[in-house]
Amino acid sequence: MIRRAIFLSVSLVACGLLTGANWPQFRGQDSSGVAADTNVPTTISDNIAWSAELPGRGLSGPIVVGDKVFLTASSGYQQDRLHLLCFDVATGKKVWERQFWATGRTLCHPKMCNATPTPASDGKRVFGFFSSNDVICLDLDGNLQWMRGMTHDYPNASNSLGMSSSLAVAGDTLIVPVENLSESFTAGLDPATGINRWKLERPQLDTWCSPTVLRGKTADDDLVVLQSSKGLAAVKPYTGFEAWRYDTPASSIPSTAQSNGLLYVPSGGLTALEPAEGGKPPRVVWQSNRLAPSTPTPLVDDGRVYNINGSGVLACADAKSANMLWQLRLQVQLGEKTTRGVFTSTPVAAGGHLYIFNEDGVALVVKEGDAAGEIVANHEFGETILCTPAIADGALYVRSDKHLWKVAKKKG
Amino acid sequence: MQRMIIAAVFGVALAVSRANSAQAADLAASIRAVRAVEAEGKGNKEATAAWRELAAAKPGDLPAIFAAFDGANPLAANYLRSAVETIAERTLAAGGKLPAAEVEKFLLETKHDPHARRLAYELLTRVDPQAPDRLIPRMINDPSVELRRDAVARLIDAGTKLLADGKAEAAQKDEARKVLAQALEGARDDDQVQAIKKQLEGLGEKVDLPAHFGFLLSWRLVAPFDNTEKKGLAIAYPPEKQLDVKAKYTGKEDKEIVWVEHTTENEYGIVDLAKVLGPFKGSVAYATTEFQSDKAHAVDFRLGTPNSWKVWLNGDLIFAREEYHRGMSLDQYRMQGNLKAGKNVILIKVCQNEQTEEWAQRWQFQLRVCDATGTAILSADRAKPSKPAATSGGD
Repeated sequence: MIRRAIFLSVSLVACGLLTGANWPQFRGQDSSGVAADTNVPTTISDNIAWSAELPGRGLSGPIVVGDKVFLTASSGYQQDRLHLLCFDVATGKKVWERQFWATGRTLCHPKMCNATPTPASDGKRVFGFFSSNDVICLDLDGNLQWMRGMTHDYPNASNSLGMSSSLAVAGDTLIVPVENLSESFTAGLDPATGINRWKLERPQLDTWCSPTVLRGKTADDDLVVLQSSKGLAAVKPYTGFEAWRYDTPASSIPSTAQSNGLLYVPSGGLTALEPAEGGKPPRVVWQSNRLAPSTPTPLVDDGRVYNINGSGVLACADAKSANMLWQLRLQVQLGEKTTRGVFTSTPVAAGGHLYIFNEDGVALVVKEGDAAGEIVANHEFGETILCTPAIADGALYVRSDKHLWKVAKKKG
Repeated sequence: MQRMIIAAVFGVALAVSRANSAQAADLAASIRAVRAVEAEGKGNKEATAAWRELAAAKPGDLPAIFAAFDGANPLAANYLRSAVETIAERTLAAGGKLPAAEVEKFLLETKHDPHARRLAYELLTRVDPQAPDRLIPRMINDPSVELRRDAVARLIDAGTKLLADGKAEAAQKDEARKVLAQALEGARDDDQVQAIKKQLEGLGEKVDLPAHFGFLLSWRLVAPFDNTEKKGLAIAYPPEKQLDVKAKYTGKEDKEIVWVEHTTENEYGIVDLAKVLGPFKGSVAYATTEFQSDKAHAVDFRLGTPNSWKVWLNGDLIFAREEYHRGMSLDQYRMQGNLKAGKNVILIKVCQNEQTEEWAQRWQFQLRVCDATGTAILSADRAKPSKPAATSGGD
C-alpha cells in the first residue's frame, strides 16, 4: 500500500514534469509520434532556428525535456566511445556533454552505429542506451546517477548486426529491451538505482523494434507492449507481469503504433487490435495486407492511419476500417534530380501535418486529411537522416550524424 | 605573546592538516565505493553517493582519481571517468587550472590503465595545445590503442606525403618505406593496416597480414555432425569429450568421418568450412590446432564467424554463442584465456544451420591470438614473419 502510494505520487510528479511540451522518448510520451502542438511550421527551409554540430555518428532520435534537448552519439574506430549530449532549446548551445566507454560489443551493420536506440527521460533523469547494451543514467545537469552494462552483466546479450530497440519509461520503471538471437530479455529497472525490478526472458529472435507504451488512467495502469517475430506481450511495467499476449507473428523492425485504445501492429501487413480485459488476447479489428509497413513505424492521427511501404509510397487509410483513402508517392523534384523513396526514419505529426524524412536527408511535409495527400513543403538537409525526430513546444528537432537542427517559427 | 602566536599558527596548521587528512580519507572512501560497483547494479546506490563526492573534488585530487582506474572494472572505470570530466569541466569553466604536469606524468607512465591514460591525454590537450605534437609521435607502441592509433595516423600521413605526386625520388621512397614500416609496426586497426599495406606493396614490399594479426592458419577439421533444428550446439559430440585427431567418427546420416588437415591461405585467416569440407547444412564442424607458448600467460582469443560456436582451450570451455548469419568481422568476439607454458590445444565447434537463403550459406571462422592491444602473439613454433625491409635491416 505504501509502495503504491509512493509510486503514484512519484508518477504524478513525473507526469507533471512531462507536459505536452516534452518529447521524452521514442515517438513521444505516448508512443504515438503525434504532438499536440499546432504551432510547428509547415515549411522548413525558412524556419531553421539553429543547428548544432555533433560528434561521431548517431541514428538515435533527440528527446526534449523542458528547455533541454538530449541525444546520444558514438565515436571511435570501434564505435566504443559513448556520448550523451544536452543542448539548450532556445539557442542550440551545448549545455554539457558526457562521454563513457562501451562495455559491450559495438559491432553493427555499417548503416547503423552504436548510438542507434533513442534515449528516454522520466523528467528528472535522462537515460542513454546504446547498441552495446550500455545504459547510462544522468540527471538533467549531466551528473552521473548510475550505469549498467547489460552485455557486461549478461555476456551473450548482443546482436552482430547491432541493437536498435529504444528505451521507454512507464509505471515508474525504465524498460530496457535487449532482445536478440541469443541471451534475449527485456528488463525493468528502477530509474533511481538502475537495479533490476524484473528481467523477462524473451524469444531468441532478432528484434529491432521498440516497446510501445499504453498509458493508463494512472501510471499504475500503464502497459508496455513488447513486440517480436512471435507476436506481442503486454506487461505491467512495475512488475513485468504479463497482462495479455497476442501470438501471431509480427515484424522485427517497425514497431506497434497506438491511438484511441487501438494498437496498429506490423503483422500480416498491418493489424488493428483492441486490447481486452482480464488477460484475454486482444480482438482483431481489421487486418490489411495493403498497409504493410517497411522500416518506419506506422502513425495514426485524427482517425487515419499512415504507412510508408517499401516503395516509398505513403498510404492513408481509415483507422477504424482500414479503408484506403489515398496513396502518395513520397518523391519531389529538386532541380534535375528526383528524390529517392527510401525511408528509415519514422514519421511524426503535429498540427495536421506529417513530417517525413528520407534517408538522403530530404524532409517532406505532407498535409493530412481525407482528401488526396499533398506534399506542401520540402527541404534538403544534405546529410543522411535515419532518426525519428522529436516535436516539442512548436519546434521540430531532427539529427543526422553530424548535426542537430531545430525547426521553429521565427518569433516577432 | 610570541608563544600565543606560535600556538595559534600550530593550531591552524594542525586543523588544516587534519582537514586535509579527512578529505584524503573521504576521497579514498569515495573511490572505494565507486570501484565496488558490480554486475546487475550491485553497489550502485553507494556508488551514486560516492560519485557526487568525487565529482565535487578539487583539481588537485585528479591524480589520485586517475590512479584509481588501475584494476577497476569497466563499470567503475566509467564512474571514475565521469567524475574526472565533471571536475575538469567545472574547473576550466571557472577559469581554474588543471594539474597539467601531474596529468602528463600519469599519461607517460604506461603501466597505468590505457583508457585512463587516453582520458589524461584528452584532458591535457584542452590546456596544452602543444601536447599532441610533443607526445603522440613517441606513442607508436603505446598500450592504449587510441594513443597508438593517433601516432600511426601521423606516420601514414607522413608516408603518404612523401609519395604524394607519384613521382617520388628514390630517396623519398626509401624514407617512405621506413616511415610506413614503422607505422605498420604500431598499427592494430584494420583500416590503418590496409592503408599501410597498400602503400608498402606499391613500393614493392610484402606485408605478412596473418602474422601481423596473429591468425591461426593450420587446422585439423572434421564434419559433419548433426545440427538439425539447431540442436547440435548443445550436443557434446565425441571430439569435445575426448580429442583424438586419429579417431574416426560416425557423423551425420551415419557416414564415417575423419579429421583432415587444412592450412588456409586467406590473409585474414578465414577457414572456409563450406569449401574445405562441403556445403553441409544443419551440420557441426570441429577444428583443432596446437599453440606453443614460451610461458604461461593470459591472452586474447579473437574470433570472427557468422555461425554458432564454442571455443575450448586445453579442454576448458572459454565461451559459447548461438547466433546464425548476423555477419562476421575481425575481432567480432573477444575472450580471454590462460595459455600454459608449452603445448596448448585449441578446439572450436562451428555450427551451420539449415537456412536456404543465399546470404545464409557461409560456414567459416577466423581466430587470432593477441594481447589486449591486438598485438599478435605467435605460436613459438611458427616461422618468424618476414618484415618490410625497413624494419628488418634491409636496404
